[in-house]
Amino acid sequence: MRGVTHARCAVCAVAVALVATACGGGSDSGTSGADGIVKSSWGDPQNPLEPANTNEVQGGKVLDMLFRGLKRYNAKTGAAEDMLAEKIVTPDSVNFTITVKDGWTFSNGEKVTAKSFVDAWNYGANLKNNQKNAYFFGYIDGYAQVHPDKGRPTAQTLSGLKVVNGKTFTVKLSQKFSTFPDTLGYSAFSPLPTAFFNDHDAWLSKPIGNGPYTVSSYTKGATMEMRRWDAYPGPDKAQNGGIDLNVYTDSNTAYTDLTAGNLDLVDDVPASQLKNVQADLGDRYINTSAGIIQTLAFPHYTPAWNTPDAAKVRKGLSMAINRRQITDTIFQKTRTPAKDWTSPVLGADGGFDGTLCGLECEYNPAEAKKLITEGGGIPGGQLKISYNADTGSHKEWVDAVCNNINDALGNDKACVGNPVGTFADFRNQIGQHKMPGPFRAGWQMDYPLIQNFQQPLYYTNASSNDGLYSNPEYDKLVDQANAETDTAKAVDLFKKAEQVLRDDMGAIPLWYQNGSAGYSERLSNVALNPFSLPVYNEIKVS
Amino acid sequence: MGRYVIRRLLQMIPVFFGATLLIFLMVNVMGDPVAGLCGDRQCDPATAAQLRTEFGLDKPLWQQYLTYMGNVFTGDFGTAFNGQEVTELMGEAFPVTIRLTLVAIFFEILIGITLGVLTGLKRGRPVDTGALLLTLVVISIPTFVMGLLLQLLLGVEWGVIKPAVSTEAPLNELIIPGLVLASVSLAYVTRLTRTSIAENARSDYVRTAKAKGLPRRRVVSRHLLRNSLIPVVTFIGTDVGALMGGAIVTERIFNIHGVGYQLYQGILRQNTQTVVGFVTVLVIVFLLANLLVDLLYAVLDPRIRYA
Repeated sequence: MRGVTHARCAVCAVAVALVATACGGGSDSGTSGADGIVKSSWGDPQNPLEPANTNEVQGGKVLDMLFRGLKRYNAKTGAAEDMLAEKIVTPDSVNFTITVKDGWTFSNGEKVTAKSFVDAWNYGANLKNNQKNAYFFGYIDGYAQVHPDKGRPTAQTLSGLKVVNGKTFTVKLSQKFSTFPDTLGYSAFSPLPTAFFNDHDAWLSKPIGNGPYTVSSYTKGATMEMRRWDAYPGPDKAQNGGIDLNVYTDSNTAYTDLTAGNLDLVDDVPASQLKNVQADLGDRYINTSAGIIQTLAFPHYTPAWNTPDAAKVRKGLSMAINRRQITDTIFQKTRTPAKDWTSPVLGADGGFDGTLCGLECEYNPAEAKKLITEGGGIPGGQLKISYNADTGSHKEWVDAVCNNINDALGNDKACVGNPVGTFADFRNQIGQHKMPGPFRAGWQMDYPLIQNFQQPLYYTNASSNDGLYSNPEYDKLVDQANAETDTAKAVDLFKKAEQVLRDDMGAIPLWYQNGSAGYSERLSNVALNPFSLPVYNEIKVS
Repeated sequence: MGRYVIRRLLQMIPVFFGATLLIFLMVNVMGDPVAGLCGDRQCDPATAAQLRTEFGLDKPLWQQYLTYMGNVFTGDFGTAFNGQEVTELMGEAFPVTIRLTLVAIFFEILIGITLGVLTGLKRGRPVDTGALLLTLVVISIPTFVMGLLLQLLLGVEWGVIKPAVSTEAPLNELIIPGLVLASVSLAYVTRLTRTSIAENARSDYVRTAKAKGLPRRRVVSRHLLRNSLIPVVTFIGTDVGALMGGAIVTERIFNIHGVGYQLYQGILRQNTQTVVGFVTVLVIVFLLANLLVDLLYAVLDPRIRYA
């Protein structure tokens, strides 16, 4: 009998505790005004947070708050503007002399010098550090010794980098690259303090940078609390007290939390909520263009796709796709039909041209059928569009594109989707050049330059030329553009190269992707930059 | 009894090796994990090769498996791609999921058995029919629908709970997720208890107990319930493992950073070390839970003890 009463009491106690604590879940909104804290959604970064090792948005978000580099891209125009760089001079587009501004320090008090950059870049380029962005340093002389394709590195530092004095260093490139200074705003080129090299593990658990925020606490996989650094020497001081980044397992939950008032900022509105977003948030929903383009890449390594006739087929396929309808209905206008192979964020001066693709990117099923028939029909008889099925809801649009093609050709079986289970396997098959037909390709720019939308993707054997597109004429024009010191002329040459790409229809441009975000009533002055990251330091809390 | 326990423990060894080997093979069939690490671009071949060497992915599969198992016995579950030790991830994830599971089991026992006894004793009455209908509804609604619905109603519309559970996942924030996780099992527990009670209520020993003039409460709790609980205990015991592994949906909806979240992340990023490590631990939990059930039998029914 005694045992029974005992057990029953334990149950009562737990029940009482549960009910009692249930009432304790009130909301604790932080302080407001200039010291207000912004609660923002986050995703778990895929890699350790090092500048040269972060190649996805979630980690990039942190680096953007934590670091300032030689250049910084204007949040509105995307233009590269001097930040820590006092001046960058070159006589020949190969040798650059870079002077760092005085008065900059890391948040631990250490001065930012020329050496901070040179050390960071040497670290990023060295094969033994496994940095995924190492290829950014590929233009610098001596990269092949530090980062050989096979075997061990034969040198520990890049021979093209030399510290002249405390605030000056020189860079020698292995080829002409006139727009090189404009690439230096990318976070891979951030300076690093000596603390990074002395105690790497400690740095990783609490990164130290030179940006407007400092890390006050970091629980891996869960939260990162960033606070305004009051002694920040730069011109773009934080307008709020700090940012709390909270990892959400699902963007839907983050959105729900925003509507419930527990979260201030969501920078990825889930596709399923786009229908409600106007009603839920009104003008607190942002939908602006970002430097991301989606294309259909082709396996140019397959002989059947590498013929002049196949180019005709590719043009026909491009004309069979009703881009406007798909972006309006499936993507709820968060994508814009593509009209060239760059992005609107570049602006006309930067090389964006809404007329470049012309009629070949316009929906015209009759002409499409004519071109595909003239080109001898689809190689292999059936078009298989490959995509990864695990993330990004690609199935919907691939099915829509296939429907367009089937309708244009009047054949139910002309095009089918070919889902691949995981992204890793999808990348795996692409890397091994095993694609049975066109496959989805997305490109998020590293820096707002037309060069970045062209060379890595379509230059012969370039790092992200997954379809192995190759045209000597194209390569020649890109080389000329890189050698051209006058920016306007360089952009023109890149556009000429892009026209070669168009005439081959090397890849079908589908749509430009927008950045979308939503925020709570507490916030104002929220904007997305061309990389679709919120401009955190400008956010005001009321 | 001692020999029985030892035999059961020994049986766990081949199951353990078989299960881990299967998971190992399955994860490896999905392709080269390093390929997906560099985003929408191709990894630079030298770095990819170096990463493969570092994670031991360049060795033949059987060697990878042996090395992995060897490390596991020294407590080393490897490193996830983001540089965190898998044991560290486990240390964060398992307490949260165990808490969630305990809340779920608590509801199963409290609501499930209470409702079951109530309906079992009043078979055919309106209470019984009502409860049966209710359980039918609960069983037929998918967990994610119920989760999203409760989240929307309680979290957004009425503001009773927070829609997302915070990182520390305190007990009070886990009540609703626990209820959602428990819902389907809860309905089964109710039905199992009801049937079992109804069956035993007509048995000889209950009649004898009543005839002896024992108070009704004592008849029900000591005689009727004790015998009726055997199938229910079996169910709840095996459910412990199922709840821990099956929490993926609930954890995702309520933003709980538990085992389900880590497994999902691991599968998505094709992180062999994370997936195999977590599944290995789940297999052990499952086996131990089963063992515990069998031992509980002996406590509940002395006839089994001496068999």
